[in-house]
Amino acid sequence: MAAGVAAWLPFARAAAIGWMPVANLPMPVAPAEKNKRQDELIVLNVSGRRFQTWRNTLDRYPDTLLGSSEKEFFYNEETKEYFFDRDPDVFRSVLNFYRTGKLHYPRYECISSYDEELAFFGIVPEIIGDCCYEEYKDRKRENAERLMDDQEDNKDAKLPNMTFRETMWRAFENPHTSTMALVFYYVTGFFIAVSVITNVVETVPCGSAPNQKEVPCGERYTVAFFCMDTACVMIFTVEYLMRLFAAPSRYRFMRSVMSIIDVVAILPYYIGLVMTDNEDVSGAFVTLRVFRVFRIFKFSRHSQGLRILGYTLKSCASELGFLLFSLTMAIIIFATVMFYAEKGSSSSKFTSIPASFWYTIVTMTTLGYGDMVPKTIAGKIFGSICSLSGVLVIALPVPVIVSNFSRIYHQNQRADKRRAQKKARLARIRISKTGSSSAFLHSKRNGLFNEALELTGSTEDEKRLSKSTSLLESQHHHLLHCLEKTTVSAHTLELALCHNNILNHEFVDEQYYQQSYLEGGLQNYPSRSPSLSSQDGVTGTCCTRRTKKHHTPLPNASAPAHMQPLTHTHTHPQGLQELSTIHIQPLSTSRSSLNMRVDEPAPLNCQSSQITTAIISIPTPPVTTPEGDAHLPAGPTHQNVVKVSAL
Amino acid sequence: MGALMVIFSLQPKQRRKTDSVEDELELSAVRHRPEGLEQLEAQTRFSRKELQILYRGFKNECPSGVVNEDTFKDIYSQFFPQGDASTYAHFLFNAFDTDHNGSVSFEDFVMGLSILLRGTVQEKLNWAFNLYDINKDGYITKEEMLDIMKAIYDMMGKCTYPVLKEETPRQHVEVFFQKMDKNKDGVVTIDEFIDCCQNDENIMRSMHLFENVL
Repeated sequence: MAAGVAAWLPFARAAAIGWMPVANLPMPVAPAEKNKRQDELIVLNVSGRRFQTWRNTLDRYPDTLLGSSEKEFFYNEETKEYFFDRDPDVFRSVLNFYRTGKLHYPRYECISSYDEELAFFGIVPEIIGDCCYEEYKDRKRENAERLMDDQEDNKDAKLPNMTFRETMWRAFENPHTSTMALVFYYVTGFFIAVSVITNVVETVPCGSAPNQKEVPCGERYTVAFFCMDTACVMIFTVEYLMRLFAAPSRYRFMRSVMSIIDVVAILPYYIGLVMTDNEDVSGAFVTLRVFRVFRIFKFSRHSQGLRILGYTLKSCASELGFLLFSLTMAIIIFATVMFYAEKGSSSSKFTSIPASFWYTIVTMTTLGYGDMVPKTIAGKIFGSICSLSGVLVIALPVPVIVSNFSRIYHQNQRADKRRAQKKARLARIRISKTGSSSAFLHSKRNGLFNEALELTGSTEDEKRLSKSTSLLESQHHHLLHCLEKTTVSAHTLELALCHNNILNHEFVDEQYYQQSYLEGGLQNYPSRSPSLSSQDGVTGTCCTRRTKKHHTPLPNASAPAHMQPLTHTHTHPQGLQELSTIHIQPLSTSRSSLNMRVDEPAPLNCQSSQITTAIISIPTPPVTTPEGDAHLPAGPTHQNVVKVSAL
Repeated sequence: MGALMVIFSLQPKQRRKTDSVEDELELSAVRHRPEGLEQLEAQTRFSRKELQILYRGFKNECPSGVVNEDTFKDIYSQFFPQGDASTYAHFLFNAFDTDHNGSVSFEDFVMGLSILLRGTVQEKLNWAFNLYDINKDGYITKEEMLDIMKAIYDMMGKCTYPVLKEETPRQHVEVFFQKMDKNKDGVVTIDEFIDCCQNDENIMRSMHLFENVL
């Protein structure tokens, strides 16, 4: 039911009194209006701009945000108004929808922001009135095409571990991906050109011997041309077979237009090979050579403009069809008229209606060869009408085709430009992203450092180091920290008995990840009482969290050979320890490496260059990491080392 | 080619005709402003606020200030999507259009509503009689009643359960006449009508049904 009509419901109900005397049965009870409210004004504050409307107006559409009780979530008690933190300009259209029942789409508005606002207020875009619907749909389609282009570009990204076949297919489809592909691309292009030129030159009359008539070059240098032809066909055949091999879906590839062109281009040669001896079909064989000209269509793989042209013609099929149809109609009409007009005159070339078709076509397309000319007056009159109408009929559908071509061409240009700028854009995006992630890691380091400092109780350092991170950031960091603590490697749970380890996966800086991958991992240390550090004495479970204990983590195993295989973490019996060790991890915390060789006792490798934050040992003042002593043997000898997780 | 041109040349003439009709309508139904609020308050039984609300709804749907029959039918049909409400709307329009000038102004509208919602039972029955009496001659004949009945049944639409049969309206009219037509002269006069309705409990009760609308 339309909006405004809701206001007429009282009228419709009143008019129902007209049925009462006629009715035989008693009427049902009318619904009671509980707490009948007087219509009141509501204030809607949208980002500072106040809109006011009657409550009834909003109630017209109960399945939207404003019409349902959902708006109560936005009610501001102090100011007694509904506050929405949205765009006030778009809200204008939304509110007008309630008032008039018609949703309009303002042209200057960006389509995605409009869509978002509609989605927020719970309005289905299909309600947009006819006046604005076309515009809306067009813009939406353009936007979707643009997004699709972007996504297609993403598909080009090289996937790791592509099979040889897939690599080959990619090389064929996008010559820019590798040098080999580019070389191949140019070579095939060259051979297509050579082949086409050969076909053309073959027919040119070469200089003749004085006593013979002129022969075309093809017959003079038969062998040379045959060799060239063979070479080209060889290349084309090889190319076709390679594409066939590499295609992900061979059946679909074989059905595609380009492959059909390929086949048609090389088939005449093979048929020719088979058929040369038979005299009768040599006529047909000559005709077959015509198909060699299809090789020129192979250029469409190399030229985007050609592809666009083909696509345009395909998309304008209906206009072209109309053009053809109307031309045919006109031709038939005028040919008939001319034939009967010229019937009287003697020696008329217009011998039949089909013969007049030629005249009509030549005249309508304003060619005017002059091989057929009307001689009677009536014929001349109708001839002139014919040529005038020809211009009109042809001029009408052509602009449609042209505009289609222009639109598609510009779209393609835009896509290319965007692709070219994409690299720069992506680089900029990546910089900003790493900026934010390194901010997180930086503050995480600071945060942990603060925690460690809290443990040591030295406040002045704390004051120095604690930056004022916003509440939002600190909460975010806490969240990520919790995630780190939560993720437990399944592998190590098995070893829980022996080692009671918990492995946390921690966020690592990309840079360090790289380094660590090359250089190896590091280790953590335990306890204050060496004797307890051995595996046996350790009480069962994995570390619980007590106040600010952090669990010892990970063995960082390092993959490459020259690294020292690592691992081993160790636990702390809970009861005994006050301090947990906070472990430094500069390095490879990738899950894959974590799964490796957890149980090997290993010499601990403290690669100083990678650890950036202080290693704090409890009794001693904080020492910055690059320590001279690289090796810290596991377990007992090392005491009280608290390391801050470094990233 | 020539045929095409002939066909194209025929079209504009028809359009011109309808254009002129619309132009006439536009000129005549310009803007009608209702009488002042005080006057309407005096003439009807609505309060000021109610009149304001009514006018707002009225003006929203009919910015020009009057409703013509087509708009009226349109609006009324929106409430009965499953059937065809146009015939009944036509009768209703005639009932509201008390001065028979082909359009319902806000005053007509409000007066009608005032009777229907706030009037005495007598007034309501009077109004109903007026509705049924299509030619306004003071008598309801069987044919008039049949028209009304068919219009009402049309509003129900085709998809009813049980399926409406052809003679259902006719039967209904028979029942009605048996009840109402006391002297069996084939027509129902206003007095017969009012008497009969006042003696019928169901009808009396239903008259008060919509009193709290608005």
